[in-house]
Amino acid sequence: MIAFLIRRLLQAIAVMAVVALCAFFMFQFVGDPVNQMVGEDATNEDREYLREQLGLNDPIPVQFANFAIKAAQGDFGVSYQHKRKVSILILERMPATLELAVTAAIIAALLGVPAGVYTGLRRFGFTSKLIMTLSLVGISLPTFLIGILLIYLFAVILGWLPSFGRGEVVKLGTWETNYLSVSGLKSIILPAVTLGLFQMTFIMRLIRSEMLEVLRADFIKFARARGLPNRLVHYGHALKNTLVPVITIIGLQLGSLIAFAIITETVFQWPGMGQLFLQAVQVVDIPIMAAYLILIAFFFVVINLIVDMLYYVVDPRLRVDLPSGGGHG
Amino acid sequence: MSKSNEQSLLSVRNLRIEFPTRRGDLVAVDDISFDIAPGEILGVVGESGAGKSLTGAAIIGLLEPPGRIAQGEILLEGRRIDNLPYEEIRAIRGRQIGAVFQDPLTSLNPLYSVSRQLIETIRTHLPLNERQARDRALELLEEVGIPGASERIDHYPHQFSGGMRQRVVIALALCAEPRLIIADEPTTALDVSIQAQIISLLKRLCHEYGTAVMLVTHDMGVIAEAADRVAVMYSGRIAEIGPVQEVVRAAKHPYTHGLMGSIPHIGHHVDQLTQIQGSMPRLQEIPPGCAFNPRCENVTDRCRVERPNLQAAAHSEVACHLFDAPRDNSQMEARAGE
Amino acid sequence: MVEQTTESAHPSVPVTEISAGLPSTWHQIWDSDVFYSFRASKVTMVAAFVTFMIFFLATFAPLVAPHSPFDVATIDLMDAELPPAWEAEGDQRFLLGTDNLGRDLWSTILYGTRISLVVGFLSVIFGLVVGVSLGLISGYVGGFVDAFIMRVAEIQLSIPSILIALLVAGTLRGVLSAEAYNDAIVYVLVLTIGTSIWPQFARTVRGSTLVERNKEYVLAARVIGLSRLAIMVRHVLPNVMGPVLVIATINLAIAILTEATLSFLGVGVPPTEPSLGTMISEGQNYLFSGLWWITIFPGIVLAALVLAVNLLGDWLRDALNPKLR
Repeated sequence: MIAFLIRRLLQAIAVMAVVALCAFFMFQFVGDPVNQMVGEDATNEDREYLREQLGLNDPIPVQFANFAIKAAQGDFGVSYQHKRKVSILILERMPATLELAVTAAIIAALLGVPAGVYTGLRRFGFTSKLIMTLSLVGISLPTFLIGILLIYLFAVILGWLPSFGRGEVVKLGTWETNYLSVSGLKSIILPAVTLGLFQMTFIMRLIRSEMLEVLRADFIKFARARGLPNRLVHYGHALKNTLVPVITIIGLQLGSLIAFAIITETVFQWPGMGQLFLQAVQVVDIPIMAAYLILIAFFFVVINLIVDMLYYVVDPRLRVDLPSGGGHG
Repeated sequence: MSKSNEQSLLSVRNLRIEFPTRRGDLVAVDDISFDIAPGEILGVVGESGAGKSLTGAAIIGLLEPPGRIAQGEILLEGRRIDNLPYEEIRAIRGRQIGAVFQDPLTSLNPLYSVSRQLIETIRTHLPLNERQARDRALELLEEVGIPGASERIDHYPHQFSGGMRQRVVIALALCAEPRLIIADEPTTALDVSIQAQIISLLKRLCHEYGTAVMLVTHDMGVIAEAADRVAVMYSGRIAEIGPVQEVVRAAKHPYTHGLMGSIPHIGHHVDQLTQIQGSMPRLQEIPPGCAFNPRCENVTDRCRVERPNLQAAAHSEVACHLFDAPRDNSQMEARAGE
Repeated sequence: MVEQTTESAHPSVPVTEISAGLPSTWHQIWDSDVFYSFRASKVTMVAAFVTFMIFFLATFAPLVAPHSPFDVATIDLMDAELPPAWEAEGDQRFLLGTDNLGRDLWSTILYGTRISLVVGFLSVIFGLVVGVSLGLISGYVGGFVDAFIMRVAEIQLSIPSILIALLVAGTLRGVLSAEAYNDAIVYVLVLTIGTSIWPQFARTVRGSTLVERNKEYVLAARVIGLSRLAIMVRHVLPNVMGPVLVIATINLAIAILTEATLSFLGVGVPPTEPSLGTMISEGQNYLFSGLWWITIFPGIVLAALVLAVNLLGDWLRDALNPKLR
């Protein structure tokens, strides 16, 4: 167990190092930081001075080391566009994105899991086929289109929900939350559903296909042969064996929530990290792009580690330190 | 026919199992009938694809769609069980009819401890509480010969060796003391050295509990060791059925004869083992008449046209025209002269 | 003696000598299991029809479109923002209405779909070529090369393709000037999207290669002295194309979606020659003013296209999956 953890940790660090390298090269080869930061009429001496100050004349490995050390401390420099520290910009917008992502994840799980189990158990029923068809539509529609359609229906035609922005947020210390005001709650519904829809259909189809696979297994046949009632066979044996791989995959999906948040935030003009990143891409604001890259990589690596540990806890076959069957047959 | 219905535990009558495909119905089991007496061990032997496992699955009601019972009846103690609604079949499973399958590793849920699987089975069939069920489970494990049962009862399947796992499977099958057990290739996935142990365990327990067994296998050695009677299946039909000594020592059907000849005997020196020419036909290509006729040395024209029924011969029954009653024999001789 | 004929259980396909007439090739295909499942599923046939129609119309857009949306001379700002022809203020000339610049929506959709399809196909081909090659090499050569390629693929697979696409697009944007970026946008997009989808091909092909590599016919080929490249291409590759085809179809839908998303976000095809995504993005601004058609119609076309391709991919995967037969 310990050896396993250490190995994964080392791998994680290696991945982060590679990502940091990529981010660093972005700085090196894309655009010129000095040009980005000063106006057109800056003199050459001014530019040289700035170069020295930014350490751009140092040998590359030194630059990288500086970069990496600063990144590890959360210092990603100053945004070209906003002229403010990147770390602060990100922190300001993090609550918005996180709340959106969490709400979307909850919606996706609450609806996706039961739907998946149902369509897995009642494979040939009409309701199942209906759900499966709708889910195919859900996977085919791009997130932004879903968002627009929802806006059109609920904001333009029905006028029930707002079509953009976060609404009224309530401050809790440094955190601003949508959950504590009516306007905030109303504002978060459409974006969260949009963001969560893809996840929901994904989870549902995943659980269904895992369930169908498991129901074909020999131990299910044997369980039936022993006369176990359907309740035990389906919700005891089949479901448990389905959830094990599924839990881990859902964990990995959390990452894609962050990615798709970029789109959702654009559609609903939600002031989160995703929107920040997109604007950065459009104007080639390298510091923000690099920071986002590193942050996302870090996030994924952490999630992967947690998922690996979860697997270990849930599947007894992986716990090799327990005594194996000895003796003769 | 052999034993009368009143004495039989299990009675299979004219069972026919079909698989509808888009090119027509494939007949996997074609009109077979046999009985199993209480406490008897009936071996069912034949090549892969002969229909043995399907028959077992049909008896316990686990025939997987699109396969279906097209015709025939299955009677348990005189009562029909092949056409029962789901809940009634389920009530029979485990309690009246149990099953042991080939691979003990995949038969057990890897995520559940052995105790959990035992206890849930026991409590499904018997009105015991958790504590009592656990005690019973422990007893069962000891009966099937698992050393250190009290320490290992909470272990997971992967922590047992193959032979031990199969003992657990047998314990699970015997939980509710069923009258009949369908054992489908119970030793095929095990080491040869373990096979004998498992078979003798099965024999002992079945004699103790008075449980009948339908022992499906392709291994004649297992049959010779364990069975009281044996049915030889070929292409979904029964070729021969009778007391094991008679079928093994004095095989009548040409196919059985070939099977016996292909088994090496210690001390019996031969230069070449008997081989039967050709192979068992695929389901789509079963020839008319006797299914074995293309490979049979003693084939006659009648064999190619008319399917033989089971006829009495000594203490067994054989489905072969060579053993038809004298009246038919003369007709056959007349034709053979042409 | 009685005549012997060996007939199979199905009388209309008699077993004959090899030299005598086997059913014609067309008959064999029509009768095969794969095509049978196609015929049997109405949904799939509809999906195939829709896909084909869209491909056809888009390919021949210059011939089919009633107007040219890029010819400045024919566009009149006075025609802007007209609703579809069947509505009260609609104009017969513009079937689906016009956008904010006066361009005919139907024509623009046709051209836009064309761009989406071109980018989609080229991206998949790019990803396929890169992925299959790397997969073959990885599986066949093994060792460090294999470990390295697979590690990269794994990491990439765990990150959503849209993120990767955005990062690549952003980097290219920084490297090229804004003009050059827009001029080369098709290449940029193909490179971007292709980069985000190669890992799936690589992983699958590597898996199949590992399996095939240990088979006897490969051993035999090596004994004869065939070069590794020849073995990989001539022997392993054909065995591996089935799953690759399924992945390609599913990734076509993904590629089309990714392009639409990138365009929607403003880093894809520019509004001067818009793709479906760009049109939807532009149209969103006019939703509240009641000009719903500018965004909805492109949206419907995009949704139908992706849905149809997904259905085809689903069918293909089930049809080629030996386990489900």
